[in-house]
Amino acid sequence: MRAYTPKDDVQKKAYYSDRYYVSPQVPKLEVETDEVFAKDLEAIKSKFEVKEAFIQVEQLVIYINANDIYGVLELMRDELEYTQLSEMSAIDWLAKDNTFEIFYQMLSMNKRKRIRVKYFIQNGQAVDSVEKLFRSADWSEREMFDMFGIEANGHPFMKRILMPYDWHGYPLLKTYPLEGDEHAAWYEVDKIFGKEARDVIGPELRDTAKVDRYDSERFARLGYEVPKGTKITGDEPRNEESYQEEGGVFLIKKFDKKDSVVVDDPQR
Amino acid sequence: MAQHKVNYTQNGGLPVALTSIDKIVNWGRSNSIWALTYGLACCGIEMMASGASRYDFDRFGTIFRASPRQADVMIVAGTLTKKHAEFIKRLYDQMTEPRWVISMGSCANTGGMFNTYATVQGVDRIIPVDLYLPGCAPRPETLQYGVMLLQKKIRANEASRAQKAKRLM
Repeated sequence: MRAYTPKDDVQKKAYYSDRYYVSPQVPKLEVETDEVFAKDLEAIKSKFEVKEAFIQVEQLVIYINANDIYGVLELMRDELEYTQLSEMSAIDWLAKDNTFEIFYQMLSMNKRKRIRVKYFIQNGQAVDSVEKLFRSADWSEREMFDMFGIEANGHPFMKRILMPYDWHGYPLLKTYPLEGDEHAAWYEVDKIFGKEARDVIGPELRDTAKVDRYDSERFARLGYEVPKGTKITGDEPRNEESYQEEGGVFLIKKFDKKDSVVVDDPQR
Repeated sequence: MAQHKVNYTQNGGLPVALTSIDKIVNWGRSNSIWALTYGLACCGIEMMASGASRYDFDRFGTIFRASPRQADVMIVAGTLTKKHAEFIKRLYDQMTEPRWVISMGSCANTGGMFNTYATVQGVDRIIPVDLYLPGCAPRPETLQYGVMLLQKKIRANEASRAQKAKRLM
């Protein structure tokens, strides 16, 4: 059973403070426990250096050299029947040892097996594009560049894919603040109105639960609405909520709730 | 001469209604609010439901248009990302005066649950908003009530005077 933690002001503070928390690993098995994976690993080891290999959650994980990635994936696609690259991206280990871990998730529909190919690169180093082997790597590598700033050599269109082209910073880095840096906070104001409009528009309100009932510029109390900018004293008259004026509207029949009929026949 | 049976001296008299320019113009404006089709996220589904047969926006004279040049009201239904912010401003500028904006749902009002780097924290940072609808997502009834409140707001204006253009700055 999990240890009890007091939850009095649990919404006010983060449930853990370690930004670089690494979750515990599930057990790793020897590759020899699965004969299909053992054969695949032999075929890869005969041509390329494999630094580490193990089976984790019924998937083979191999670590290779960064320069071998095109050759390894070509071998796996053409000879080992791993015909799909389901996904690829990077993991940020910059705080630990200034490296990125790049992973390629391979799927074989014939063998019904998955292999994850991994390698490490230094910060600032580029990777080899595998877009010529798998078309799915086209957008994945662009997303990796967009989110981490890792370029792929040989990619036909190495541009940002999700963020705007004039964006600064790489949002999936662990050092990137969730609410954005200064450029992100003022991005739309700078672009549309210009930097001089920052004073007029004002900073972003990040506390969406904040309601100031004495601020009639931005808030209105339902049923006690006052004109914008009025100083609120607390004894405002009650306004009846209605969607038509008292005297009725020209050419429009007034809806009277007392005359309305509620149809409660389920077979209507 | 055509023989017709209208008796001008009975049943309320002549088939003529007397009114002022203000009232007739506002009557026309408030009962033909054409909306710009602008579903950005899941609120767009509720907006579409409002336009479909069960809730039937057509009875308010609200017809969705695919062009901002034919639209009177922009219903911002959904999350506005920072990448899209310049386009909402461009579409708003293409609408003809008088124009109104309904901010539909928490995301358009304040950024909602997306307290992140990529979401505009309230569409009123870009364009002036007339009506904020709370909810995540608001029900079609809320949007209909909002449109009725907007009709009331339109009728409260003087149509004869040139309306002051709304500007953020």
